[in-house]
Amino acid sequence: MNLLAHIGRATLSLLEEIGRVTLFLKDGLMQGLTPKIYFRQIFEQMMRIGYFSLPVVGLTAFFTGGALALQIYLGSSRFNAESLVASIVALGITRELGPVLAGLMVAGRVGASIAAELGTMRVTEQIDALVTLATNPFKYLVGPRIVAAVITLPLLVAIGDTIGIMGGYIVGTRSLGFNSYAYIKNTADFLELGDVTSGLIKAAVFGFIIAVMGCYHGFNSRGGAAGVGRATTNAVVSSAILILAANFVLTSLLFSE
Amino acid sequence: MAVGHIVLDGVKKSFGPKHVLNGINLSVPKGHSLVVIGGSGTGKSVMLKCVLGILKPEAGSIKVAGEEVIGLKGAARDEYLQRFGMLFQGAALFDSLPVWENVAFGLIQGRNMARAKARDIAMEKLGQVGLGPDVGKLYPAELSGGMKQRVGLARAIAADPEIIFFDEPTTGLDPIMADVINNLIVDCVKRLGATTISITHDMASARKIADDIAMIHKGEILWQGPAKSIDESGNAYVEQFIHGRADGPIEMEVLRA
Repeated sequence: MNLLAHIGRATLSLLEEIGRVTLFLKDGLMQGLTPKIYFRQIFEQMMRIGYFSLPVVGLTAFFTGGALALQIYLGSSRFNAESLVASIVALGITRELGPVLAGLMVAGRVGASIAAELGTMRVTEQIDALVTLATNPFKYLVGPRIVAAVITLPLLVAIGDTIGIMGGYIVGTRSLGFNSYAYIKNTADFLELGDVTSGLIKAAVFGFIIAVMGCYHGFNSRGGAAGVGRATTNAVVSSAILILAANFVLTSLLFSE
Repeated sequence: MAVGHIVLDGVKKSFGPKHVLNGINLSVPKGHSLVVIGGSGTGKSVMLKCVLGILKPEAGSIKVAGEEVIGLKGAARDEYLQRFGMLFQGAALFDSLPVWENVAFGLIQGRNMARAKARDIAMEKLGQVGLGPDVGKLYPAELSGGMKQRVGLARAIAADPEIIFFDEPTTGLDPIMADVINNLIVDCVKRLGATTISITHDMASARKIADDIAMIHKGEILWQGPAKSIDESGNAYVEQFIHGRADGPIEMEVLRA
């Protein structure tokens, strides 16, 4: 009986949370993405979300590309298929690892920062102060963060893809003995536009998830410093899970025959 | 009897099972300064947030200048909020903006004023609260509690509002700084001819800034009258509160070992 009660409570709580996120999303889109548009805020957020995430995304992509080259080399050498290393690194990075790892890293860096900032603004009444200054918090805080994340994540992933492939190239040519020209030619010949664009579409969706989750948890933060801490953790965890779930759904949709 | 500029009639607000406002009736004539006193958790801040539209009451009516304001939306709400200024407890300054931009925020974002002109007005308002132009360049984190409240006051009066709310403006300040803030409030309100509602626990502050005082307890107004007659109110709740006695009809919710 107790077990059933627990399941029931958890289910109700989950449905309640989904309802709240949906209502927040409705306000975020209807109010946040309609005039008045705060271009200055969008630009500031693009710098914070995109530009300042470049080092972490770049380093992640570089080492992932290198590790991928090593792993594929070790695996493919069992079947004398070492020539596939360059093309599989490129495919793996552009289709999956580039967007997913960039999404997860940005969720940790930016999602946490958005939730902490808006959460602090909530508990110190700064969001209420915005209202009294005739400024809609959804337009001023939520909209610009969503727009900035949706625009900058694909740009970050495009740069991350390039650096990741370069990581594979450096390991391939310096450590695994591949010819530099052949490695680049294999990469260029095998890679198709769709491989890159699918990753960029995923990145835009992940950017949307990160911004919405960060804003939602920050906006609804309660109970002082502890509440802000909870909001930050929830923003990162929910973004990460949703990114992985969305990646599965998008992969099924984008690559279904 | 003077016609109420702000009139609350039977306003009720609950959070889940907790009834915070139990039918508030209040009237503030134009140009008058009403101070609402009462213990923590009696519904003072909730009442102000209902007038501002940050919270929506379940029942009752709130009229400002004769117009019903509950449920205002969109442009009508923005226009309504432009009539207000508010000084929050702890000032609620925007951490990411310098002081001058905090003061000018409502002019730039709410009224689309050019930044240069808004900056000039902000500097003038900072002068009115006794702060020099150098303070304008600082960030809120670099200010003391008293300076933050002065900046908050400058922000509240920046757009020359017809109504100003003060939410515990002297809480956390030393008695001398509290008196400085009280004097500034009286000066600014007189200069603007604004209608004001202040909420406070601080009787020295209430006596200084109030034309009328109202006592709120458990979400109801128990007494309202001229500030001069508060000592002869004949109301046991008011007497216990203004003399700060532990014994009386107001029972504090304290867990005893």
